[in-house]
Amino acid sequence: MSKNVGSNNKANNFALQDKIFGYSTQFFALLVLVTLVGIVASLFMGSWQTLTQTGPKFFVTDTWDPVRNLYGGMAPLWGTIITATIALIIGVPVSFGIAVFLTEMCPPALKRPLGTAVELLAAIPSIIYGMWGLFIFAPLFAETLQPLMINTLGQIPVIGVVFQGTPNGFGVFTAGVILSVMVIPFIASVMRDVFDTTPPILKESAYGLGATTWEVVWNVVLPYTKAGVIGGIMLGLGRALGETMAVTFVIGNAYNISAKLFEPGNSIASSLANEFNEASDPAHLSALITLGLTLFVLSFCVLAASRWMLAALSKREGKRT
Amino acid sequence: MSTTSVPATNVSQSLATPDNPIYKRRVWVNRFNLLMSLATMTFGMVFLLWILFTLFSKGLAAFGPALFTQMTPPPGSDGGLANAIFGSLMIVGSAILIATPIGIMAGIYLAEVGRDNWIAKITRFINDILLSAPSIVIGLFVYTLVVSNVKHYSGWAGAAALAIIAVPVVVRTTETMLLLVPNSMREAAVALGAPQWRVVLMVTLKSVQSGVVTGVLLALARISGETAPLLFTSLNNQFWSSDMNAPMANLPVAIFQFAMSPYEEWQRLAWAGALLITLTVLVLNIIARTLFRQKSQ
Repeated sequence: MSKNVGSNNKANNFALQDKIFGYSTQFFALLVLVTLVGIVASLFMGSWQTLTQTGPKFFVTDTWDPVRNLYGGMAPLWGTIITATIALIIGVPVSFGIAVFLTEMCPPALKRPLGTAVELLAAIPSIIYGMWGLFIFAPLFAETLQPLMINTLGQIPVIGVVFQGTPNGFGVFTAGVILSVMVIPFIASVMRDVFDTTPPILKESAYGLGATTWEVVWNVVLPYTKAGVIGGIMLGLGRALGETMAVTFVIGNAYNISAKLFEPGNSIASSLANEFNEASDPAHLSALITLGLTLFVLSFCVLAASRWMLAALSKREGKRT
Repeated sequence: MSTTSVPATNVSQSLATPDNPIYKRRVWVNRFNLLMSLATMTFGMVFLLWILFTLFSKGLAAFGPALFTQMTPPPGSDGGLANAIFGSLMIVGSAILIATPIGIMAGIYLAEVGRDNWIAKITRFINDILLSAPSIVIGLFVYTLVVSNVKHYSGWAGAAALAIIAVPVVVRTTETMLLLVPNSMREAAVALGAPQWRVVLMVTLKSVQSGVVTGVLLALARISGETAPLLFTSLNNQFWSSDMNAPMANLPVAIFQFAMSPYEEWQRLAWAGALLITLTVLVLNIIARTLFRQKSQ
């Protein structure tokens, strides 16, 4: 009897201990949620002045004049979107090629070292890409490829205007190129991982019917992994939108909206990096924080979409196996 | 595919002959695209080697004992990065000490306690987003939360910003690792009468120890190169300072400032610092990978 009561006590004790354990781990999980809420709330409070005084006009005005205290966020927003677009236009086909190489063509002995090399490329801090762009890529680009592009592509009527501007190596286009080098490893390693989820039996069936490697990739692997591939691209886009150091070094830092990609520009992240510490006027600070909030909302949406797509793929994979 | 139900042997013979124009085109399209794929791989590797080559050739030129013993110099004179290296160690060290327990506990919640309830689901989703959130916005957040309230930049603010970036990495790896533990192990421990906290801490977490360490190392690698969040939080300091409550020198911001400057001595130091950071990050990554591979074998 007394023994029974004792073990009952012990069981109660255990239940209590587990409750404490459960709640304390839950506390830390909630901390992650609170961080996100905190970020949004603090940015929102910081940008209150701009949001109430300038309102939605902030996003369609392109004057940025700290002297007259006039702020419009259109130029950095434009720069952010353009650089990210250039990064994806270059980065997506290259990443796709790398993923195809790693999954379908690579000799097995090289598969791991090359895959690791791509992942290490993703681990290099972005400031290194920025420095490399500033000291190596931009001068070289100004001397060789840029004049060539202006003289050939720049002369095409209508779309030629894109490839015009000062050939000094800096500007929106260079920033886009550096960004693309930076996002390629991210996109490529996601693509490789999702390509690897294609059941071998599907690929073998296609090969058995006489399909070429390319046809297998294009007609079997890609349709099977569509959601994951788009998720990977969105992940790269999310990175490209918010990247600071790789862009700040080479974009030229000018509040400028121009179709000419060789002209200097500005992205949200680069204007924050350049101006935030010097901003003393509350209106200036508030305008910069509004830019930060815009960037956060933008990349949140892109990253959320990316997660949804990747999750959809892994769910399906779970069902098949 | 089902349209080719005509006598199979005949069809395949006539289609696969080298003279068939469709067959020829398919083969050439295949060759061309695979060649392009090879070209993109080469492109990627060329950039990796190019960046590493530049880093080593420019960075090694400025490498020497002075780098680790002298302070960051005023413009136009020689010096080292001693205070920046020390500052970085302090800030990154504190950040990882803050982030590790939080990350591991939250990871345990996701994998062992909450599992599929709604809190766990939302947390997992948010954590994945924070994993790639723009780091400059995290800096902005800590600025408005800490710096603008205490009215000065500080090493602690920098550490807080880096910790926010490190937590999601630790959470993610801890959860992934814990999910690898076979359920029979948990059941065995429960059958012996252990309460859940003992099962988790002494059985499941213990069996994936090295995986969790991998996560911490990856987080360390991630934050040691982060520049943007430190710009508005710990700022920079030209002198040796071990006061975490004051602006503190750190490698990334020093590199940023020196690389953007017109002074040659500063630019040389920036390259040396860049090489130092990259080596740290790559070594941490490689150790993490080796540990992980041992674990999964």
